[in-house]
Amino acid sequence: MPMTAREIEDAILAALPGAVVELTDLAGDDDHWAATVTAPQFAGLSRVAQHKLVYAALGGRMGGVLHALQVTTVVPK
Amino acid sequence: MSDVNTRISDLVTSNDVVLFMKGTPLFPQCGFSSRAVAILDHCGVAYESVDVLQDMEIRQGIKSFSDWPTIPQLYVKGEFVGGSDIMMEMFEAGELKALLDESGVKMA
Repeated sequence: MPMTAREIEDAILAALPGAVVELTDLAGDDDHWAATVTAPQFAGLSRVAQHKLVYAALGGRMGGVLHALQVTTVVPK
Repeated sequence: MSDVNTRISDLVTSNDVVLFMKGTPLFPQCGFSSRAVAILDHCGVAYESVDVLQDMEIRQGIKSFSDWPTIPQLYVKGEFVGGSDIMMEMFEAGELKALLDESGVKMA
């Protein structure tokens, strides 16, 4: 069962307090999302490390139940 | 080191640029893989592609090898660079071209 926008956002916010999550449904099927995550925790981390924080927040669903999540990470100015 | 890790390690160390993807550059089988191919073609670098759909052992093995849950995956000079999203972020920031130039990889 794909994750809803709400579930994706809640999971990321739970793991990354203070983050801002913007979600775009790419295909209108609750399965292809683009998420832009702005979080203070990203400061000083490589892009790979930043994305891994987001994937960890989603508890291993990436590549599985969550077929396609396009992630963009932003470090707050 | 397990057999599949050895195979993957050989692939990423014996080629400057390697893209593990679904399908082939000519016939990508997934939007993210297709985007990764377009980015590399735009950078004009020579690269080896590995179709993970033809090799289930590599398809799973690559995810633990890099501790990254999705395909495609880009390697430059043996180092994991990222998936499709990171390639796009780096490309838009000019970082991917800079990395490829600094690494002295062959052009296509």
